[in-house]
Amino acid sequence: MAGLDHDARMPLLAWLVTLLPLAFLILFATYIPAVSAGETIRIVYPWAPSIGVSLSFVIDGLSLLFALLISGIGVIIFLYSGSYLAGHPQIGRFYLYLASFMVSMLGLVVADNLITMFVFWELTSITSYFLIGFNNEDQTARRNALQALLVTVAGGLAMLAGLVLWAQAGDSYELSVLLAQGHAIHADPLYGWILALVLIGAFTKSAQFPFHFWLPNAMAAPTPVSAYLHSATMVKGGVYLLARMHPGLGGTEAWMWSLILVGAITAVLSSVIAVRQTDLKLKLAYTTVMALGTLTMFLGADTEVALAAAMTFILVHSLYKATLFLVVGMIDHETGTRQIDAVGGLRRAMPIAAAAALLAAFSMAGFPPFFGFIGKEMMYEGALAIGPAAPIVVVAAVAANALMIGVALAVALRPFFGPLKPTPRKPHEAPWMMWSGPIVLAAGGLLFGLFPGLVDGTLVIRAAEAVSAAPSDLYLSLWHGFNLPLLLSVITTALGLMLYWRYDAAMRTVDGVFTRIPMTGDRGYDATMAGVVHVADIQTEILQSGIMRRYLLTVMAAFAILVGYTLIAKDALALPDTLGTVPTYMWPIVGLIVAATAVTVFTQSRLAAICALGTVGTAIALVFMIFGAPDVAMTQLMVEILVVVIVAIILLRLPGFHGSAHAGRIGRIRDAVVAIATGAVVTAIMLAMVSMPLDRRLTDYFEAHSVPEAHGRNIVNVILVDFRALDTFGEIAVVGIAGFACYALIRLRRRQTWDAEAGRRVADGKP
Amino acid sequence: MTAWLVALPILVPFVTAILAFLAGGSITVKRWISVAGAAVLLAVGLLLIHQVYQHGILVGAMGDWPPPFGIALVVDFLSAIMVAITGITGLAVAVYALAEVDRAEEHVGFHPLFHLLLGGVCGAFTTGDMFNLYVWFEVMLISSFALLVLGSRKAQIDGAVKYVALNLVSTVLFLVAVGLLYGMTGTLNMADLHLTIPQVENQGLVTAVALMFIVAFGIKSALFPLFFWLPAAYHTPSVSVSAIFSALLTKVGVYALIRVFTLIFTQDVGYTHNLLLIIAGITMLTGVLGAAAQNEFRRILSFHIVSQIGYMIMGLALYTPLGVMGAVFYVVHHIIVKANLFLVSGVANRLTGSFELKKIGGLYKSQPFVAVLFLVPAFSLAGLPPLSGFWAKLVLVQAGLEIGSYLIVATALLVGLLTIYSMTKIWNEAFWKSHPDAIEPGTGAVALSRRDYILLTAPIAGMAALTVIIGLWTEPFILLATAAAEQLLNPDAYVNAVLGARP
Repeated sequence: MAGLDHDARMPLLAWLVTLLPLAFLILFATYIPAVSAGETIRIVYPWAPSIGVSLSFVIDGLSLLFALLISGIGVIIFLYSGSYLAGHPQIGRFYLYLASFMVSMLGLVVADNLITMFVFWELTSITSYFLIGFNNEDQTARRNALQALLVTVAGGLAMLAGLVLWAQAGDSYELSVLLAQGHAIHADPLYGWILALVLIGAFTKSAQFPFHFWLPNAMAAPTPVSAYLHSATMVKGGVYLLARMHPGLGGTEAWMWSLILVGAITAVLSSVIAVRQTDLKLKLAYTTVMALGTLTMFLGADTEVALAAAMTFILVHSLYKATLFLVVGMIDHETGTRQIDAVGGLRRAMPIAAAAALLAAFSMAGFPPFFGFIGKEMMYEGALAIGPAAPIVVVAAVAANALMIGVALAVALRPFFGPLKPTPRKPHEAPWMMWSGPIVLAAGGLLFGLFPGLVDGTLVIRAAEAVSAAPSDLYLSLWHGFNLPLLLSVITTALGLMLYWRYDAAMRTVDGVFTRIPMTGDRGYDATMAGVVHVADIQTEILQSGIMRRYLLTVMAAFAILVGYTLIAKDALALPDTLGTVPTYMWPIVGLIVAATAVTVFTQSRLAAICALGTVGTAIALVFMIFGAPDVAMTQLMVEILVVVIVAIILLRLPGFHGSAHAGRIGRIRDAVVAIATGAVVTAIMLAMVSMPLDRRLTDYFEAHSVPEAHGRNIVNVILVDFRALDTFGEIAVVGIAGFACYALIRLRRRQTWDAEAGRRVADGKP
Repeated sequence: MTAWLVALPILVPFVTAILAFLAGGSITVKRWISVAGAAVLLAVGLLLIHQVYQHGILVGAMGDWPPPFGIALVVDFLSAIMVAITGITGLAVAVYALAEVDRAEEHVGFHPLFHLLLGGVCGAFTTGDMFNLYVWFEVMLISSFALLVLGSRKAQIDGAVKYVALNLVSTVLFLVAVGLLYGMTGTLNMADLHLTIPQVENQGLVTAVALMFIVAFGIKSALFPLFFWLPAAYHTPSVSVSAIFSALLTKVGVYALIRVFTLIFTQDVGYTHNLLLIIAGITMLTGVLGAAAQNEFRRILSFHIVSQIGYMIMGLALYTPLGVMGAVFYVVHHIIVKANLFLVSGVANRLTGSFELKKIGGLYKSQPFVAVLFLVPAFSLAGLPPLSGFWAKLVLVQAGLEIGSYLIVATALLVGLLTIYSMTKIWNEAFWKSHPDAIEPGTGAVALSRRDYILLTAPIAGMAALTVIIGLWTEPFILLATAAAEQLLNPDAYVNAVLGARP
């Protein structure tokens, strides 16, 4: 941990920025009375009304629960970070990102407009990118930051499409309007797509299988960030979204099975992986994935108890998980390591941390009388009420919870109990700015367990009402009597304790299984990225080869194919009536043009080629002459002569000409086909055009007005200098600029520097 | 009076160019003239927008010959917006060039050539005549060629040859197509073409000629598979030249496509516009993949131009009010953001010593201000909210989904993701990673004088601020783009303005 100065004072900056989350906390707390009375507050400002976007916000039980968690835990994290990162040279930037994140996250959970919500959604991904990559000189941090960004933004983009489709189907971008339409969207033919796209967004953000891999990697961030973003708040964004959309998109079989299956797989898989980890922080990261899976699973349900269980568990989880992360941060900060085998017996050196860890772990394990126990009871009650999917949910919940007990005890007991192990730094208690937060949160887990009335009617049940869109008279309590949920709790605890008893063996077994799995999400990500770059390389090598011949060939072929096909497909081919009556004196001229063209194409001498091309031009000048345009013919002739002379002079200074020899036989045939096709298309289109009558409006006008108004007898001249003088102005500019460019080139020749690549082809596509 | 007003976008740059040329040996005077000229052009653009708001479409008959017989300059919202945005980038690059273009190049005529290019571009944006459009294309082509070879380096010449050769193909096709159009209708005036094209008996031939315009303008705007000249050339000249090219050259092609395929060739939309939609999708994809294969700052940016052009053509091809509005919005957003990124690439090069991403790094740590200046346009290009690019993409997504064009929307979103990949690649390598040679950016051999630092970063900061403003205060810009799209999709007002009200 470079840059950490243990003795550095907490900077004034940290104190000041901590006021921000505090202000938000107070602000949102003032809404508690209204919300617990069942009110919903809406605030609307216009933003981009012409495309349906407004800055509209809604405060109900659900958004208030999240907003209080975000700002409340924010206060603790802001304070903690000031001490954790004291003396770090970039602490200012850290707070900038952290504060931006918090505001974005708050925006996300209170936004009522789909687009506004999406804006905040993406902002949380972006701020998370900067926070994960905070140790920017570490390659792993950079890589993992990018991974998190790409995965969440990819999901976000899919979600955007889903949101827009939803809004177009429901004719509003306001969530409150859409949700008020209830299940009307289920009948829409696009419902399946809308659901799938929105779910991709939610699942990537909340690290659901198979997108779960980015979250453990995000632990490259400083620990307070992991505690805040990647456990308590941002990753719950997806869960929040599912909860928020529940009254509209939820309630179908598709919704239920997607959420329950994905959630169940995620919860069980990640809690198994959590057992295997040796890094305390990674262990916690996987338990976060487990929690997110559990929440997703319960949001799949449509019953009051299951939804209330999800809302309760959100609060339970935020309290204990943030605590444990912060405790691990303290262990790391004070001892210099966070490997589960490397620390032990810290209870004497760090008694407050140990107390916080124990309180949090008991809540996590769901022991009575902690809040976690209530959460777990609610879960089992909800699981049993889910209906056809109940067996899956019950089994998954029991399995995941049992594993959680083992992991919770391992994380909380092992570092603090047993014999003291030597660590890189001599351990002692962290400063109060660090320990105060965790102990408050952990105590909350006990307090709400003993007095669930503090939060049920005010927050949790009100949130569940927002999710189910129906009033609820549920309440939370520790004791529900002897019933099936209690039995399940007992089974869970027994399994969990057994696991902890044989923890080392379990770790080895799981590890053995997982090292043999050939494909993980993480490796899949790497393979995808490598695949994209590989495809990009191949494509660019083919398209942007640096070979001029190929470029011209492609452009010509594109022209011939597009225009040629259109001519045929649109039945545009036509021949003029006069085609059969070509006067005999034209034939020698045509013959001359054809012959000269053949020479241009087949000669091996540049000089002969340019002369033959000149002959083509001269023959065309003859045509102009015959059709009564001597001035055009003169111009044409002069241009041809000058071009031949100038190019001939340049040619004298160039090395030998290899003709088309290096194109190869097939290449030459290909070139010929494209060239002839291009010529044929131009000829065909010309013939079709001249078979129409010519509209002579302009010519008639010019003839009529040339003398009386423009005072010129040569109509061509009058057109050039009067009727269309602006064209002439432009063309004069072109000639002038060309001369100017030549002057510049010659003047600058002196400093001409020949690159190392001189003599080789400059491949413009490849570096 | 109106004639003078609509001629100003051409007059101002040409007068500036002539004055800068006449300033002779004094580089300081040349510079002041250049910056002042660009500022005046910006003012003219804003004035034109205001005038179109006040009086509707402005028409100026050049030489007082009534259209369709003489050449008319026509300024509607789209034209006025394009002139204004030319002024903005022109001003930014003119300032930037003061610290970037080397003295020798200034001596031989960078400043006049720069303004001649702007003049050609503005001419293309304001003309109401097809052949006259061709002339402005030539002015642009030759002045851009001159700017491209100004340094006379080997790579520049190589790039310039490819640039000129392929663009000449475009020019020739354009000229032939204009000839064919005249042969079919007997007119060159765009408004008149709108009236005469439906009367042509052989409508299939009209569509074939329309395809010629797609190819001709497609080369100009770097569409698939016609874009080769762009990545071949854009990384070779001075950064100022790259930046102004990236902002304007392809956009003139896009402008021409928008103009022609809303005003003239709307008789077989099912064919032409669907083809454009397919081309747009492939253009997005090939461009962004081309960028993924690059490891040089300016080459990445160049390929991204190709990719972004696809979005603009997508908007046009959807051919709905929302789609065309999105295209207009996208053009404006893209010009600001892309030019700005090229300008940032120049600063990164000056501070670290290379454009090659593998050879540079460390900018985040020591140059946080430059890092912010990169992030704003980069994230905006990638379409991340709440910057200008987000709205541009959102509108196109809305427009595509609205009429069920799901495939193009999926492509657009995927390409957006890959764009983020490219932008973060630059960020990762040039900013986050430490410098491989352990050089502290902006010190020692790569130190930047205070004057140069201000001149280089001020225009970038200005355009970045504009990106943020468009992002946060987006409604007025959307309204303006909507007004432009309304005019484009209801060409009667244009025709009436040019040819007088008809029964």
